[in-house]
Amino acid sequence: MELFLQFCINGLMLGMMYALVAVGFTLFFGVLDVIVFSHGDTVMVGSFAGLSMYWWLNAVYPGLSPEWTVLWIFFAAVAAVVAMGTLAARFMIMPLRKAPPLNTLLATMMLGTVLREAIRLFFPDGSNPKPFPRLLPDWAWQNGNLILRFDNILLFSMGALVIILVYLLIARTRLGMAIRAVAQDEEAARLMGVNFTLIVMTTFAVGSAVAAFAGVMNGLYYNEINFSLGLLLGAIGFSAAVIGGLGNIYGAILGGFIFAFLQTLGAVVLPFASAYKDVFAFGSVITLMAIRPTGLIAEPSSQRV
Amino acid sequence: MYYHQPSRDLVIPGPAGCALMALALLAWCILFLKAEDQTSILVYMTSGSLLILIAALSDLHKSISSTIIANEKAWDYCMVLTMLFLILIFNDDHYTLFLLGTIMVYATAVLGLNVQLGYTGVINFSAASFFGIGSYAAAMLTSAGLPSLLALLLGGVFAALSGCLLLLPVLRTSGHYAALVTMAFALLFKVFLEVSEWFGGPQGIPVAPLTLFGLDFGADFTLGGMEASFYVKYDLACLALLCLSFAFVRRLERSWFGLSMDAVRCDETASACFGIDIARWKIAAFTIGNLLSGLAGALYAMMLSYISPANFAFADSLLFLSILLLGGMGNIWGVILATGFVVVIPEKFQVIQEYRYLIYAALVLFMILYRPMGLLPRKTRSYGGLP
Repeated sequence: MELFLQFCINGLMLGMMYALVAVGFTLFFGVLDVIVFSHGDTVMVGSFAGLSMYWWLNAVYPGLSPEWTVLWIFFAAVAAVVAMGTLAARFMIMPLRKAPPLNTLLATMMLGTVLREAIRLFFPDGSNPKPFPRLLPDWAWQNGNLILRFDNILLFSMGALVIILVYLLIARTRLGMAIRAVAQDEEAARLMGVNFTLIVMTTFAVGSAVAAFAGVMNGLYYNEINFSLGLLLGAIGFSAAVIGGLGNIYGAILGGFIFAFLQTLGAVVLPFASAYKDVFAFGSVITLMAIRPTGLIAEPSSQRV
Repeated sequence: MYYHQPSRDLVIPGPAGCALMALALLAWCILFLKAEDQTSILVYMTSGSLLILIAALSDLHKSISSTIIANEKAWDYCMVLTMLFLILIFNDDHYTLFLLGTIMVYATAVLGLNVQLGYTGVINFSAASFFGIGSYAAAMLTSAGLPSLLALLLGGVFAALSGCLLLLPVLRTSGHYAALVTMAFALLFKVFLEVSEWFGGPQGIPVAPLTLFGLDFGADFTLGGMEASFYVKYDLACLALLCLSFAFVRRLERSWFGLSMDAVRCDETASACFGIDIARWKIAAFTIGNLLSGLAGALYAMMLSYISPANFAFADSLLFLSILLLGGMGNIWGVILATGFVVVIPEKFQVIQEYRYLIYAALVLFMILYRPMGLLPRKTRSYGGLP
C-alpha cells in the first residue's frame, strides 16, 4: 500500500512535468497547425539558462538567500527561453507555415538538434551531466516507507498553478480570445482586426515560458540536468499532447498524466524488468494511436476537396 | 500548338561524354580521398565546390544532365566502373575502403527511405531502427549457426516483418500523428536494445563476418602479389547490393507501381477517387523500404563486425532523413551524391568531426527554408515523345 502510494506520488510529479511540456505542443499546434519538435530542447535550454543564472549569482552575490535565488533562476530561464522561442517562431516557423508538414517537422527537429548540440559543444563541459543546486527546503514527512517531500508538493502545486494560469489566460482574457480566434480561423481573425503575427509570437512566448518553467522544475526535482534530456522529454510531451488530442489543452494535461501513469505502471507491473518501462510506455502509445488515431479527445476534422 | 524549341544547350556527344565526366569525377575522388593534410583537403573541397557552383550558375549543368539522361545506360556503367576503380586503387587502405562501404550501405538504406517518403509520402522517423533490426538479426542468426548469406537476406525480411507491426497505426494516422508513431518506435527500439540482456545491452554484440561459398570476407588476401584489405571484398558486396537496389528502385519508380505511389503522395483523396488503393500502396512502400534498410543494415553489421545500440539512435534516423532531403526527395542519384557528402566530409575534415551533427542540422534547416527541393530536385516524369 505504501509502495503503491509512493508510486502514485512519483507518477503525479512526472505527470505534471509532462503536462507542462505537452501544453506547449498543443498551444503551438492550435495557432499555427505545426508541431514544434524542438520544444523538448527548449525545456532543456531553460534548465541550462537557470543553471547559468545560479552560477552567476553565486559568483556575484555569494550570500543570496535560496528563495531569491530560485526566483532569479526562474526569471532567467523564462526570459532566455521566451526570447529564443519568439525569435524562432518569427524567423523560422512562420515562414514555413505554407510548406508541407513534413518539412516543418524536419525543420523543427533540426532546430532541436542545433540547440542540443550547441549546448553540448559550447556550454562549459556541456557533454557531461550537470548537478543542479538543491535550493528548496528538504522538509519531509515520513510514515514507514512512504516519504512525502515538501519540495515535491511545492513543485507540484506551482506546476498546477502555471497550468491554471495558462488556462485562464486562454479562456478568460481578451488576449486568449484572440489566440483562440487565430486557432479557429486565421483569415477570419485577421478580418476582425487581430494582429496575426503578434498573436502567434505571444502564443510562442507563453508556450516557451511554460517550457522554461518545466525545465527548471525538472532540474530542481532530479538535481541533475544534461544536454540530451530534451529529446526524450520532447518525445514524451509530444506523445502526451497527441494521446490527449492535439489542440486541446485538457487533452494535453490528460495525456501528460496518462503517459506518467503508463511509465509508472510499466515499472510496477514488470518488476522483473522495470528498465522496460519506457518500452512499455511507448509501445502503449503506438497501440493507443492504432485504436484512436487522432487522440482521446479528437480534434474535429473534415477534409475539403 | 506546341513548338518545340531546339535546345541550345551544348550536348557533349553520347557515351564519350559520360566517360569523360566519370573520369573527371574519379580523378577528383582519388585526389580528395588520398589527401592527408587538412590544407590540401580544403583546397580540393573548395575547388570541387567552385566547379559545381560554376556548373550550376552557367548552362553547363543543363548539358551535363541532358547528356546523362540521353545516355543513361552508359552513365550507369561508368559510375559502377568509377566505383570499381576507386576500390581497386585504395585496395590496401582499410580506412578509405571502409568509408566507401559505409557510403554504399547508407545509400541503400536511404533508397529504402526514398521509396517510403520520396515516392509514397509515408513518414518514417525510424529508418535507423529498421537498419538496426537488420543488423541485429544478422548478428543473432549468424551466431545461431545460419549461413551468412541466408542471415543477410533474413535481416531484410525481419526488418520488413517488424515494420508490419507498425502498419496498423501508420495506416490509420497521418501527418503529425504518423510521425509520432514512428518516432515512438525509434525511441522504443533504442531503449529496448539497451536494456535487453539477450541483445547484449548497451555494450552490443559481435557479428560473424560474411562467408560466401567458402570465401571468408573477414580475412585479408593477396591481389596480384599485393596485400589487399579484406574491406575490398565487403566493398564489392556493398556495391552489388547497391546496384541491385538501385536498379530495383528505378524500375519501381518507372513502372505503374511508382506512378500509383506518386499519386498517393500527391493527393490521397484524388487518387482514392481514381480507384487507387491507398492502403495497398502505403503497405507496399513501407515494407519495401524497410526490406532495403534491413538488408543494408545486415551487411553493415557484418562489415563492422561489432554493433551496439548507439549505432541505431534516433539521431541516425534523422541523419538518413537529412540525406534524403539534401539529395532531393525522390531523386536516386541525389541520394547517392548526398550520402557521399554526408559520410565523407566529416571523416576527412577532422576539425568539424565533433561539430558534424550541429553542422548537418543547421545545413538541413537552411535547405528547408531556402531550397526545399534539395540539391538535385527530382525531375517531373517524362513520357517520351517530346525530346
